[in-house]
Amino acid sequence: MGAGSTVHKATPLSRRTARWFDARLGAASFARKALDKVFPDHWSFLLGELALWSLIIVLATGVYLTFFFDASTEEVVYQGSYVPLQGVEMTKAYASALDLSFDVRAGLMMRQIHHWAANVYLATTVVHLMRIYFTGAFRRPRELNWLIGVAMLILSIVNGFVGYSLLDDQLSGTGLRIAYNIAISVPVGGTWLASLFFGGDFPGPDLIERLFVIHILLLPAVIVALVGAHLALVARQRHTQFPGPGRSERNVVGERVWPTFAAKGLAVFLLTTAILSALGGLAQINPVWLYGPYRPAEVSSASQPDWYMGWLDGALRLWPGWEIRAFGFELPTPFYPSVLLPGVTFTLLALWPFLEARFTKDRREHNLLDRPRSRPLRTAFGMSTLAFYTVLFFAGASDVLAATFQTSVNGLFRTFRILLLVAPPVAGFVTYRLCREMVRRDRPGASAEATAVAPAAPDDGAARRREVAPEDAPEHDPASTAGVARR
Amino acid sequence: MKSATRLLLLVPVVLGLGAALVVAVSTGATAAAAPEGDDELGYVVDLEDLDDPGNVAAGEALFRLGCVSCHGPGGVGTPTGPSLVNAGAASAHFYLTTGRMPHHGSPQEQAARKPPVYSPEEIEDLVAYVASLGDGLPIPEVDLGTGHLQEGGDLYRAHCAACHSAAGAGGALSFGQNAPSLEEATPVQIYEAMLIGPGQMPAFGAFTEEEINSIVAYIGELQRLNDPGGMSLGRLGPIPEGFVAIVIGTGGAILAAFLVGRRVHDADEAGQEPTSDREAGR
Repeated sequence: MGAGSTVHKATPLSRRTARWFDARLGAASFARKALDKVFPDHWSFLLGELALWSLIIVLATGVYLTFFFDASTEEVVYQGSYVPLQGVEMTKAYASALDLSFDVRAGLMMRQIHHWAANVYLATTVVHLMRIYFTGAFRRPRELNWLIGVAMLILSIVNGFVGYSLLDDQLSGTGLRIAYNIAISVPVGGTWLASLFFGGDFPGPDLIERLFVIHILLLPAVIVALVGAHLALVARQRHTQFPGPGRSERNVVGERVWPTFAAKGLAVFLLTTAILSALGGLAQINPVWLYGPYRPAEVSSASQPDWYMGWLDGALRLWPGWEIRAFGFELPTPFYPSVLLPGVTFTLLALWPFLEARFTKDRREHNLLDRPRSRPLRTAFGMSTLAFYTVLFFAGASDVLAATFQTSVNGLFRTFRILLLVAPPVAGFVTYRLCREMVRRDRPGASAEATAVAPAAPDDGAARRREVAPEDAPEHDPASTAGVARR
Repeated sequence: MKSATRLLLLVPVVLGLGAALVVAVSTGATAAAAPEGDDELGYVVDLEDLDDPGNVAAGEALFRLGCVSCHGPGGVGTPTGPSLVNAGAASAHFYLTTGRMPHHGSPQEQAARKPPVYSPEEIEDLVAYVASLGDGLPIPEVDLGTGHLQEGGDLYRAHCAACHSAAGAGGALSFGQNAPSLEEATPVQIYEAMLIGPGQMPAFGAFTEEEINSIVAYIGELQRLNDPGGMSLGRLGPIPEGFVAIVIGTGGAILAAFLVGRRVHDADEAGQEPTSDREAGR
């Protein structure tokens, strides 16, 4: 729209409103730029969007829950409509979780959508992370965004755990008890840290109140800020693309944000919302009324964390009960699987782009993605790592697996311990051979796809820039949805 | 690309299988035992008739056919089966009505609940015979009227949930043993189990009748309780929840992204130079 044209009576209200804002904010040029942005159109680039939309559902349902949840450890006698717990003493936190489930309109539905959405949010985040890793999208210049993503992953895992720990039912209390014991297993400062955070010995009197502030204010604020930075960096640096005809390190071939990509985004958002709502309405999750109020002396069988903590639970179960002493002190057993392992895991994950750059001596900018097969070593290492954490993940379910499939939990532990050592190298070796074989088969046919992924030579710029756009192409054609953009 | 596409078409198949599994698990979990006629407490036998000498004789005949090979003549026990001399009516009634006896596995193997092999009349005869062998506990009389549901819940969570799980779904014990699900346990069976302590379970004979009746009432409530949140997922907690979140929730979302985001024309993939719909932009 031309900024200089005059407003006359026939101009519709919407247009006049838009102009009113534009005159004051100068938003039109920004909006046009944003809407004209070209986004490459591979479907796997929507995986991160799935995580974003799930997060938005988590936030929206979470706001509803805060209206009714009472994060207080004050003792009350439950008088709500769930008969088996009437007259039972419990904290206000647990009582209000029961009220949310039985006496608040749509409360249970919202609770369940919130919980399902959180689980799906973290799962889609991990799938998105896998896409980034296996296509090499983390390489220069996108290391910063990788770090932001890893930070979001860690904070989201923590916030998920804090979230289901708030309700003060037997299951959440059991989880907090384990968290407390992990905290005090840290050498030297552990007991101090635990005492500081829990407000004394377990289960400190202020714990729920503290967790609530962390869950609804502190971590969401940080996560949302990081999401903003994550998306801003994608916009600033442009999205990566797969190699193909007409695509180079210097351009972006794909669809414009408006209308094509926006429509796709909306469709994916609506479908994600539909799936999460269906789960929230049809499948029961975290039935806290069955678990009862938390009593530190009690525990229920089949006490597990949510799936994204499952690998930590598995590590805790598989780690042998060695007593290791150093300088006359014992390093408590939970320290290795529960503090050291996640510490090493997330450190290596965060440093991966830098480690790979050092290892491959490839410090060039990369805007074209790798196909996983064209980087067999990276792909093999990734599959090997996945195998390791998958074994830990299933080990975390060992008691439920043993009961469900009528086998011995001790036998499962032995099996998982062996698998933990055997599965990663086997997965890595098989992946490596498969990648090499696929590349070998690609070669004679010399399809456009396969040749394009040959390790990219340093971009010489000038020669390639010419194919970016035909000179006669108009600067902007609103009718067109596809496009090529310069980086 | 094409093989990847074909692979992705497997997603709906996986989703369908996952959904079927969920439905199977959850319906299996919510299907409670149908009470037979007016015998809602699960007695099967008539307590008045247990002293009838005719029953004892009939029971002995059945015992010689089906039980003697392990439990020995006169129920004195053999290396493969314990003595039943002081087992009592409660124990015999529990093992026979839960179908755990006769047990066909090795003696070390835990006997699993199954439909009773003997008819109610035969069970009555066998119980009468085992009771006549010595001085054991009689079949208890459940009185749900003296039980207190909420107190039963507190006791259940403190004393039973550690093995049978808070939801009554059961759980694993060491070395292949398990605490069975309580979905199908009848009130009298629960009462008997607490008195005799079958298998790995300790006997809870120190509890008062009122306390036991309270626990029986609470377990009955767990069995009757609807799952207001939808499919119960076996009431097995975060493990099946994670399975559903990953396979159905995340799998479904990825399928949605694939269907929305895939190229319909595949012009680029076919190697054709896209022309008309390509132009320069920002």
